Amino acid sequence: MKLLFEKSVPERRGVALGPSDVPTTININEELLRGRSAALPELSELDVVRHFTELSRRNFGVDTNFYPLGSCTMKYNPKVAERIAAYPGFAHLHPLLPQLRMGGMLTQGALAILYDMDLLLREITGMAGFTMQPMAGAHGELTGMMIMAAYHRDRGNGKSIILAPDSAHGTNPASAAIAGYRVVTVPSDANGVMGIEALKKELCEDVAGVMLTCPNTLGLFNPHIREICDLIHSVDGLAYYDGANLNAIVGKARPGDFGFDIVHINLHKTCATPHGGGGPGAGPVGVGEKLVPFLPVSIVVKRDDGTYALEYDRPKSIGYVAPFYGNFGIVLRAYVYILMLGAEGLARVAENAVLNANYIRCKLKGYYQPAVDTVCKHECVFSTTEAMAKQGIHALDVAKALIDRGFHPPTVYFPTIVKEAMMVEPTETESKETLDAFIAAMIEIAELAERDPEQLKAAPVTTCVSRPNETAAAKNLNIASLSS
Amino acid sequence: MPFIPNTDQQQQEMLKAIGLTMEGLFGDIPAELMAKSFDLPAGLSEQEVRSRLADLAGKNSVDLTLFLGGGFYDHFIPSAIYSIISRSEFYTAYTPYQPELSQGTLQAIYEYQSAICRLTDMEVSNASLYDGGTAMYEAMMMALRITGRNKVIIDDSVNPIYRVMIESYTRNLKIDLDETHCVNGLANRAEILGRLDDQTAAIIVQNPNFFGCIDDVTDLAEAAHAKGALLIVSCYPISLGILKTPGAMGADIVTGEGQSLGMPMSFGGPYLGFMAARKQHVRRMPGRVVGETTDREGRRAFVLTLQAREQHIRRDKATSNICSNEALCALTALVYLSLLGKEGLKETAQRCADKASYAYQRLTAIPDVQPHFRAKWFFNEFVLDLPCEAADVIAKLIEKGFAAGFPLSRYYEGMENSMLICVTEKRTKQEIGMLAEALESVL
Repeated sequence: MKLLFEKSVPERRGVALGPSDVPTTININEELLRGRSAALPELSELDVVRHFTELSRRNFGVDTNFYPLGSCTMKYNPKVAERIAAYPGFAHLHPLLPQLRMGGMLTQGALAILYDMDLLLREITGMAGFTMQPMAGAHGELTGMMIMAAYHRDRGNGKSIILAPDSAHGTNPASAAIAGYRVVTVPSDANGVMGIEALKKELCEDVAGVMLTCPNTLGLFNPHIREICDLIHSVDGLAYYDGANLNAIVGKARPGDFGFDIVHINLHKTCATPHGGGGPGAGPVGVGEKLVPFLPVSIVVKRDDGTYALEYDRPKSIGYVAPFYGNFGIVLRAYVYILMLGAEGLARVAENAVLNANYIRCKLKGYYQPAVDTVCKHECVFSTTEAMAKQGIHALDVAKALIDRGFHPPTVYFPTIVKEAMMVEPTETESKETLDAFIAAMIEIAELAERDPEQLKAAPVTTCVSRPNETAAAKNLNIASLSS
Repeated sequence: MPFIPNTDQQQQEMLKAIGLTMEGLFGDIPAELMAKSFDLPAGLSEQEVRSRLADLAGKNSVDLTLFLGGGFYDHFIPSAIYSIISRSEFYTAYTPYQPELSQGTLQAIYEYQSAICRLTDMEVSNASLYDGGTAMYEAMMMALRITGRNKVIIDDSVNPIYRVMIESYTRNLKIDLDETHCVNGLANRAEILGRLDDQTAAIIVQNPNFFGCIDDVTDLAEAAHAKGALLIVSCYPISLGILKTPGAMGADIVTGEGQSLGMPMSFGGPYLGFMAARKQHVRRMPGRVVGETTDREGRRAFVLTLQAREQHIRRDKATSNICSNEALCALTALVYLSLLGKEGLKETAQRCADKASYAYQRLTAIPDVQPHFRAKWFFNEFVLDLPCEAADVIAKLIEKGFAAGFPLSRYYEGMENSMLICVTEKRTKQEIGMLAEALESVL
C-alpha cells in the first residue's frame, strides 16, 4: 500500500481556513522563518479519509476479532465511555484553568470526578490515597519507585536494591533501574511463584522493596503473598503491587489487605478503557497511609462547603510526574465503567475472567503443554509439545495459524521463563461460544502440527502481508520517509 | 450484568467442564485475604450514567473565550479527525506485536514518524511518548546516555511545568541540573556559555519559549557541539508551519507537546509527546520505533524495530521503561497534519501569528498596558505588564467571560503584574476587540 506522502498531489488541499478577519502582518524577522514549507502531503479530505479507512481495515481490534493477548487484557471497551469523554464540558476544558485565582470553581465537575475516582480506587484496592497522574502502567511503576525512594530518603535509609521475580514484566526492572535502583532477580519456585526461601536468600538491609505482579504472568496467585510482604517490611522495605493483573481479583480481594504499600492500576486493562493501538492508557498509583504525604502534587481535596480544590502545598511530595492531572480523558472513561458495574459487577468481572481462562486451560491441556497444571486466575500459559517440536513447529507457527482462523494470537514467548510460551487471556467480555470456537481452532492446529506441519509454517495466508522480515528491518533501518 | 455475556447456564456448563465451583476457582487465594465486602455503589444503567456525567460536565466552564495557552492550545479540530480515530479497528487494537494483524497501526506510526521528521527537519523519530514534559525528560536521559556525562543546563524560559517535572524525575539520580535565567525573553547566552563545560551532557531550550518569544538557537547548538554536548529543543509543532526548524538550527534532539495537532485539551490529557533526533543517536532513543521492511513475498511491510533497546528484552538495561506509546494520539496528529497539508499548516501558523500580532497592538494601545520583554519577535503568545496584579485582573475578566491569560507570578518571581496571552487561529477579531474593551474596563 502506498504511503500518504506517495499519494500527494501538488496544490491539492484538504481543510481550508477561510478568509482572515485581521490584516496579515509580517511581524516576524525573515531569518527566524523556515526556508521552505514542511513537506507534508497535499491531499483532499476524501483522500485522507480513504487512506486511513484502508489502513484501519488492515488491523485487528477487539471490535473485529477475539484478541486473547495474554497480560494485555483486551476486553470490550464500552461505547458509552467514548461518548461521554467527547462531551464538550470535558473535551474542551483547559487544564490551566484551576491555576487561575478562584479557577477551581470553573472546573468543579472535573475535580469531582478525580476526587470520586480516588475514593473508588481506594475501596477497590484497599489503599489510603491515589494519584491519577501516571499516564500508563509503566509510568505508574516509575512513580511508585519515586515514592519508594522519597520514603527511604525521608527515613534516612541508604537502600539501593529492588527485588523482582524472574516472571516479572520487563517494565518492572526497567522502572526500578531508571529510578536509580539496582535490580536483583528472585527465581520462581517449582510452583511458578516467588518462594519464601528464594526471597530470604536475597533479603538484606539494603533492600528498598519488592515489585510483584499478583496473580503473576503465569496467571498464578502467590499463596505466600502475605508472608512476602511481611518479610519485606521486616527490613523496612516496601512492597509494590504491579496491578497489571488486578482484573483477576477485582471485587474479590484487595492488594492493600495482602500487605502491599504501593499499587498501580492499568485502567486500560481492569477498567476497560481502549488500548488505542498502544496507548493512551492510564496508571493511577495508590499508596498506604504512611506514603500518602509522598504522592505527586496536585491532589484533589473536598472542602467543608462541599466544593473541590487542588492542593499543592505538600512538602514531602515527589513533585510532578505529569503536567496536570494525568490522562483525564482515560480516567473519565474508567470512572464511567466503574459506575456502571458497581460492586456486584466488578466481582462478576473477576469471576468470568477466571472462569473463561480456566475453561480454556482445561479444554486445551490435552493438546498443548500447560506451564503449570493448577487452577489459574485470568490467564493460562501453554507451550508447544515435544511432538510439535519434532515437526519443527514453534509457538510462532501456532500464532500465525490462528490468524488465518480469524483469531488474534495469544502473547507468545512471554513470560520468558517458559519455553515456547503462549499466554492466553480471554477476559470476561467473551462468551462461551467464542471460547469454544477458539478452542476448536487451537485443537485443529495441534492436529495439523502432526499431519501437515508445512501448512502451519506457511501461515498466515489470509493477511495483506505474511511474516515480515524483522532482521532486515533492524539491519537496513528505514524508520521515516524523509523529503528529498 | 453489563459487558459480561456468559449466562448462568453457560457458567454452570463451564464450571462442570473444569470440575470446580466458582468458589473453587478462587480457592488458591487464602481465605483470610478475601475481602469481606466492598463499600461501592450499585451499578448504574447507561441512561443513568450519561445523565450523571452530563450534569458533571455542566459544572465545567467551557464557554469562556480562551486566551489561555501556556503550552496547551485551543486550536480548530477538523471533523474528519474524529471520524477516522473513532474507527474501532484503530482504537480497540493494542501494540502491534503481530505485524500481519496490525499493518494499519504500523504504517500509520511509520507515517507519523515521517511527518514529525519533516516538520522538525530531523532524521529519526520514535512512535511517541506520553506528553511534552516526559518527552523532554526522556531526551535529557538520552543525552546523559549518549555523552556519559551528568550535567544539564536548562533555561528558565522553558515551560515551568516541564521544569518542575524534570526536577521531580531527577531527585533520586545523580544529575547536576543547572537552571539559567532568561534575559529580555530569550535564553541567557552569557549564563549558559559560562556554565557549559566538558561535563555538560545537554543544553535544554524551548522555541518559541514559554513567553512566546522566538529565538534562533543555532549559536547554542554550535557552542554545545564544541564542548561535546547536545542541544535539546522543545517546540510547538503548529509554529513549525512557518518558523525556522530546530533541525535547521542544529538541534540534536527535538521534543514537544503534540496536543495542538488535533487533540482536544481534555483537562490535561491524553496528550502526545513527540521526539525526533539525529540518525546517529537512534539506538539510544527511548520508545517504540516502526520500520519498513518486506514480507516473504517481497511486499512492503511495517514492523516494530530496534526492540533490543526496549524493556521487554533489555529489562533493567533498557533505554527507558516505556512499554507503549500514545498511538491513538500519534494517529490524531498524523491525520491533522494530512488534512491541513503543506499549505494548510503554514496558513494556520501564519493566522495564529497574525491574530496574536493584532491582539498585541490592540492590547498595548490600552493606557498603562506595556509589553514586558524587549525581545522583538513572538509567535502567538506574548507577555503584558499591567498596572496592577495580573492574577486579580484575570479573575475579574473571568466574570466577563474571558480566560484572558496566565498570571506569570505563579512560576516567576517579580512578575506579579505580568500575564501571558495566547491567541490561536480560532479567536476572531471581534473577540479580540471585546477582550481589549473588557481589560481596559477592569484596570
